[in-house]
Amino acid sequence: MHKVLKAAIPVAAFLASASIASADCGATSGRVNIVGNEFPAIKTVAANAAKCATGSLTVSSNLTANHQKINLPGMQGNPAEYTSAIIATSSIVALMNDNVIRPLDALVAAHGADIPKNQLITINGKVMAVAFMANSQHLVYRKDVLEKIGVQPPKTYEELLAAAKIIREKGLMKNPVGGAYQAGWNLAQEFVNMYIGYGGEFFKPGSAEPAINNPQGVAALEMMKALSAYMNPDFLTHDSNATSAEWKAGNVALMSMWGSRTGVLTVKEGNDPVVAANTAVGAPLTVGGGKIPATTLWWDGWTVAKNISEDDAKATFLAMKNGISPSILNDETMGQAVWMIKGYKPAPVNEGVMQTMAMGAKPYPMLPYMGLLHTAIGDGLAPFLAGKKDAATTLADIQAAYVTAAKEKGFLK
Amino acid sequence: MRHKTFLAFFLPTATAMFLFIALPIVSVLVQSVHAPHEQVIREVENCTPFGCTKSTTVDQDATAALRADQPLGRFVGLGIYGDRSHLAFSELAAAWAGSARLGDFFDRILHLPFYRALAFTLTYMATVTPLSIALGFFVALAVNAIPRLFRGPVIFVSLLPMIVTPLVGALILFWMVDSRGIIGAAVQWAAGDPNLSLKASTTLTWIMLIVYGIWSTAPFAFVVYYAGLQTVPQDTLESAMIDGASRWERVRYIVIPHLLPLTTFMALIKIMDNFRVFEPIVSFNAGAHAQSLSYFIYSDLGGETRLLSSAAATSVLTIGGVLVLLSPVLVRTWRSFGRA
Repeated sequence: MHKVLKAAIPVAAFLASASIASADCGATSGRVNIVGNEFPAIKTVAANAAKCATGSLTVSSNLTANHQKINLPGMQGNPAEYTSAIIATSSIVALMNDNVIRPLDALVAAHGADIPKNQLITINGKVMAVAFMANSQHLVYRKDVLEKIGVQPPKTYEELLAAAKIIREKGLMKNPVGGAYQAGWNLAQEFVNMYIGYGGEFFKPGSAEPAINNPQGVAALEMMKALSAYMNPDFLTHDSNATSAEWKAGNVALMSMWGSRTGVLTVKEGNDPVVAANTAVGAPLTVGGGKIPATTLWWDGWTVAKNISEDDAKATFLAMKNGISPSILNDETMGQAVWMIKGYKPAPVNEGVMQTMAMGAKPYPMLPYMGLLHTAIGDGLAPFLAGKKDAATTLADIQAAYVTAAKEKGFLK
Repeated sequence: MRHKTFLAFFLPTATAMFLFIALPIVSVLVQSVHAPHEQVIREVENCTPFGCTKSTTVDQDATAALRADQPLGRFVGLGIYGDRSHLAFSELAAAWAGSARLGDFFDRILHLPFYRALAFTLTYMATVTPLSIALGFFVALAVNAIPRLFRGPVIFVSLLPMIVTPLVGALILFWMVDSRGIIGAAVQWAAGDPNLSLKASTTLTWIMLIVYGIWSTAPFAFVVYYAGLQTVPQDTLESAMIDGASRWERVRYIVIPHLLPLTTFMALIKIMDNFRVFEPIVSFNAGAHAQSLSYFIYSDLGGETRLLSSAAATSVLTIGGVLVLLSPVLVRTWRSFGRA
């Protein structure tokens, strides 16, 4: 409930401010209603889209951590409740699978000539979304703690484990490693990262048959278990919010964390001054001697609903374009994300994501059935980490659970 | 009552029951024997800010044609009920054939999601129902015995768990049992193991959920029993006292038999409620260690990939489970109703 409340307050504030600062976005009438996740960068985009509102053009938004549960039902109606969903690499697939978002080629040709090519997400030759930021998980570390033990910031998970061991042995921290290992989506994401780091492929080429029950899968699981031995014993209930809270409390010195969530760890307001001053970001880690970092690259972008009138589609396109125009970048918004917007200058906290891109990290797989595998992984890993199942059985059970779901959904016969 | 009056009285209720209970159940039944169409997958090229890759996508035109042909989806009969996420017949057979001892067999079965959820659901129901009723009964007896002056405040305190919203109550406890919380730290101190965590151990998580269940539902039993205690015939109690019956004998031979119909009624409601246990698992974030049938439906319905047929089949199985569990109590009620 508190998440909904938290989402509602800034939305109400945007709506109030929208009428004051009106921008000329080129659209005069229509209905724009945005649904999306709730973090600072997306709030900025929604607030700037809301500036397009005029007497006959309404702009409203619903930003909530529950966005993935409501965006699809909210776009299936005709007319759709939401005219735009802000989505990311994985969540666009659910909207594509159900055919609720429209190709943007005509709108880009008519009103979006100035949007740089690399921001256009093209699927099967059609523009389906416009990206505005990049995100990834990468190393976050405490400078002061590493200095105390005389260790350089780790470049591999093996080095991270060695550093964690020293920190614990010297009595500096009981559980120096952090990780968003909450059973479910977060835990599955950690596996996806680690498995990619070991060079694994998720499916047999060109098919929906799963292929994670292999030596790379076992190695990824063993590494996750080794890391969890240095985590707060409640790690299976810690999502990225709880992990950040552990960090702010000064209980953690090393973790792999989302770029979009590191900004709040380094600011002075509301933080322990020692933690804030010594929080630094580094490149994502590699594992098992691999070259590709054990992480995935993500983009966040916006879409336009299929089941809305042409007028509303045009209004939505123009409002969202204004939401990500170079004019939104200022001192406050610059550090909120790795913006793919002209004029963006990376702040020090964005360094991790920039390095992730430079190291050639793989994007999260955009496959119609990846969500099913992700869910099966998230449901199936906890018994292994709790020590109740061996790695091979765990992976076999996950594959079996995925196959059942994929058969029901019609991806496998 | 005349038939016309009866109809006028009953018809609106019957219509509402038909519209809001019977029809949805039929729709869930229909959903559970259908699955989405076979997906037509095409290889495509996706371009993102990080370059272009070969990928696959769902062919929307072909899918639309399939949907127009068969709007309900593929008919799969009882296929969903038998698959690995539900009753898992072939996995059961394989486990039976592949295990030498009965223990092995149960071990393997508990790797299957449905049976794991059923195991927790039944354990929870079988412990929380009698214990919360018993606790409520003893609190009611105690409150009934204290001087009138103190009854008001004591009743208020006893009802607190029911007044606090389940989600809020569970959240408070969630923080208390955290390894840095007061209960969690106390358990670590008592066990002498600094790495012990209530949230990390399956057994401790189950115990925690069951204790929470008893704590949060006992007030209901207390209220009902307290009301019932006011109706115990005083003359019978007094004559028992004259005959020299002890306090325990009075409770055993007069109060408990008198309250038996109430107990049946309460057992009926509690079994139904506890079989649908859901909120504590969500608010304690206990999905990793304990799943119930309702939690299962919830996770199938949410998330990026909705498994509606799977959720429908689990719902039908849950309804079936409630009916089976209630049948002894229902039969009993029916008989005593017939006797009266």
